[in-house]
Amino acid sequence: MSAALILVALATLASAAAAMSRRAILNSVLLLTVSWTGVAAFYLWAGAEFAAFAQVLIYVGAISMALMFAVLLTRRGRADLPAVPGARGRAAYAVLAGAAVAAVLLVAVAGGSFAAAPKAAPAASVRTLGGELMGPHAAALLVVGVLLTVALIGAVAIAAGPGKPEAPR
Amino acid sequence: MSALQICLAFSSLLFAVGLAGALARSNSILVLLGIELMLNAANLNLIAFWRFGPHGSAATGVVFVIFAIAVAAAETAVGLALIISIYRHQQSIRLEEATRLKG
Repeated sequence: MSAALILVALATLASAAAAMSRRAILNSVLLLTVSWTGVAAFYLWAGAEFAAFAQVLIYVGAISMALMFAVLLTRRGRADLPAVPGARGRAAYAVLAGAAVAAVLLVAVAGGSFAAAPKAAPAASVRTLGGELMGPHAAALLVVGVLLTVALIGAVAIAAGPGKPEAPR
Repeated sequence: MSALQICLAFSSLLFAVGLAGALARSNSILVLLGIELMLNAANLNLIAFWRFGPHGSAATGVVFVIFAIAVAAAETAVGLALIISIYRHQQSIRLEEATRLKG
């Protein structure tokens, strides 16, 4: 049971670390889709099938596509790949900060005392989830729907620019 | 080490990788990706406590994760639109060169 978890965790962490250290940004996006798939596999392992489904659909499907479009729209060939001076030092400090945060969190996790886990996973069928979403969380669901609509319309408005019509030549 | 602790260690390491990436890179798309990784690590925690926590109610953790994923999707869409807008103004998405917000 734990072996599968450790395998998934290692694959996810390795692809995430590789994505964060690659020079070519398209490779980073592709490696991150692997990492997000690993997170979905973790959800499956934990018994949250609907969350895994949402993760694959939204992250692996939609967000990675949006990211690829953004990468293709904003790159100027290989010319913007060379590193600026000082990037290496900043990367070293960033890795140091990440390692410090990881050390603090890992010490807290290893030293914490957690209550014994229940044997069986809590049952979260799609029917239960639908009941929860439409019953106690209906207001939150509506707010999230409004938020998504406003955010996507705003994203289109921001990305479309001021909309000056070009003069005919 | 219990399974819950392994899950929490996994999410801590994923958070640290995202943090290091967000701090180290100067490409704003990669910084956004690092932030996404940190959000994913938080979602991992939610699922882990839902699965292994002592008071596991029916579906609270999954509902929380679904809302978090929806908000993250909205954040990514707006972030990418801002990046494209900055690129149109400055012809670059390096964070060092995006020093002014006035178009």
